Amino acid sequence: MTSSMKLLIVEDDREAAAYVVKALTEAGHVADHAADGVEGYELASSSSYDVLVVDRMLPRLDGLTLIRRLRAEGAATPVLILSALGQVDDRVQGLRAGGDDYLTKPYAFAELLARVEALARRGGPGAGDTVYKVADLEIDRLSHTVTRGGQEIVLQPREFRLLEYLMRNAGQVVTRTMLLENVWDYHFDPQTNVIDVHVSRLRSKIDKGFDKPLLHTVRGAGYVIRDGGR
Amino acid sequence: MTAAGKLLRTAGKLLRTTAFKLVLAYLFVFATLSVVVLIYVSWHANALLAAQLNATVNAEVTGLSDQYRQGGIRRLVAIVEERSNRSGGSIYLLTTMSGEVLAGNVSGLPNASLAEAGERELPYRRVGEENAAPYPAVVRVFVLPGGYRLLVGRDTEERERLSAVISNAVQWSLALVVVFGLAGGVFVAKRVLGRIDAMTETARTIMAGDLSGRLAVTGSDDEFDRLAGATNAMLDRINELMAGLKEVSDNIAHDLKTPLTRLRNRAEAALRDARTEDDWAAAMERVIADTDAMLGIFNALLLIARAESGGARDKLAPVDLADIARSVAELYEPLAEERGARLTVAAPVAISVLGSRELIGQAVANLIENALNYGADDGGEVRVEAMADDETARIVVADRGPGIPEADRERALDRFVRLDTSRTRPGSGLGLALASAVARLHGGTLALEDNAPGLRVVVTLPLRVPTLAAPPPKLALAAPAA
Repeated sequence: MTSSMKLLIVEDDREAAAYVVKALTEAGHVADHAADGVEGYELASSSSYDVLVVDRMLPRLDGLTLIRRLRAEGAATPVLILSALGQVDDRVQGLRAGGDDYLTKPYAFAELLARVEALARRGGPGAGDTVYKVADLEIDRLSHTVTRGGQEIVLQPREFRLLEYLMRNAGQVVTRTMLLENVWDYHFDPQTNVIDVHVSRLRSKIDKGFDKPLLHTVRGAGYVIRDGGR
Repeated sequence: MTAAGKLLRTAGKLLRTTAFKLVLAYLFVFATLSVVVLIYVSWHANALLAAQLNATVNAEVTGLSDQYRQGGIRRLVAIVEERSNRSGGSIYLLTTMSGEVLAGNVSGLPNASLAEAGERELPYRRVGEENAAPYPAVVRVFVLPGGYRLLVGRDTEERERLSAVISNAVQWSLALVVVFGLAGGVFVAKRVLGRIDAMTETARTIMAGDLSGRLAVTGSDDEFDRLAGATNAMLDRINELMAGLKEVSDNIAHDLKTPLTRLRNRAEAALRDARTEDDWAAAMERVIADTDAMLGIFNALLLIARAESGGARDKLAPVDLADIARSVAELYEPLAEERGARLTVAAPVAISVLGSRELIGQAVANLIENALNYGADDGGEVRVEAMADDETARIVVADRGPGIPEADRERALDRFVRLDTSRTRPGSGLGLALASAVARLHGGTLALEDNAPGLRVVVTLPLRVPTLAAPPPKLALAAPAA
């Protein structure tokens, strides 16, 4: 369902980069690698990518400066910042420099993949629609109504936002931290499975009583809403 | 060392002190000022006296001229004669063109002094005092019609005396300024020097490794006391940070070695025993889960370290505490329900504090997790409240569980401490320590109270004053209340 993306990984740790490139290739994407900031800048400005994955600390040209330069030249390519610095204000700094998302090292590859795919899709077709639709499930963002098979489903405001986010990324895996960030606007790691409980509540409202489940758990990664299981 | 040598050394030290240099500077300024003032006064007094003399002489001359016009030389002689005999500072002399004296009370004037009309100063002797020393005088000489010479003058001894008095005053005041200034300077410098030396001495012993040393506070609340107080508070804080650092490294060694050992054992066991693909996958999953748990501990430790160093204070922004309480409680509400507990929230009005939504949110999340894990396992109630009074804002997370005995409460805020036997439960043991560090980062406190029964955790934060552009909370130098 996910179309192939062209990605640039700017990362000075060659072993980590090789692993990410290999895993992205296995996931059906094309990934280039740049080992320092200058090389990354040259590649990013000479060919077109769907998403840039930029490490913050790079030799020759640091990640944030690289992003600022690209943004100053009008490049709108989404950027995911990778960093070993995970503090709140480091994240804010990264986003201010022109990054679109921020991922703290070490990370699970599933998390990176989910975020990169979400970034690539952002602003793509359907992003601005008022009605999202997956199979017979419909969510109307203007009237705040949810129907499945023509039958109205009543959701709490937070459940609505949860479903809205899942539907906007329909067919794509979203991770628990992505949900916490985008639905609750918190970036910490809860030690318990709070998100899972919210999702299972939502699932009981939208899937219960219908023969085809739409909200699926992806083991080791997160959740996905899609028509038809895997 | 000889007494003289010692004195010389003390004097040398005194001369190098800031206080002494200051005293010298002030001495110079005050001496210059007093000389300037006295010179100014004497100059003006002289001018005034001179003007007075002139006026007197002029008046006399006018009067005598009138007499001469009306009564001729004879009348003038008679009047000069009569005035000459009056006592006072005026002097007169009337002569013919050739210098023969007609009347007057002056003698021994140089002959040339009457030759020309005009004003001049000259020494004179009175008639009958020819052997005395001459007095100074200001005189005016007129040439009258008929060649007569008229000299009218005033003794200027008064003026001279005033000058002498003033110059005397200048000398005395200079001497006094120098003497008292120096004495005062030496006194002040010695006193200051003594206290500073004492402080330096204490600082040296502290630097040499005895961190328990403190500067003496005399209780006079002067600058030195304040400096000593601030320095002592700083030492307390350093001590506390050092202790914290030691504790952290001890605890990291202990609490990270345990999961690391477990991780290693798992990997080893998998290598030895795993036969099927599924065995491998399961082993690897457990390894990843262990790694994630350790990363969680690391992140929490980093956050605590950062909160305690106070580095993020300047990045605080106005946030609504009630909104944070509600949103985090809402996040945990389904989890509580799943566990058969009840999570209620009371945060009716907006409460503005200067803070980080992220950090406060995480602190509240930790407190709620703690309450759910330890205080509500049998389906109790966890209550989250946000409230404010005039100066402080509070977030309270209370449960109805077993609580923490009063004796253990202080220890419960330490890093890694999990009281009693709860070590088998999930969690890094950093929850309370982290919440406490977040409170301190915001210039607030975290207190553990008895909820009778249960535990009541109260996070108190300074309220933001909305009308003023509130400055970030000051770094608390003193040790936080335990």
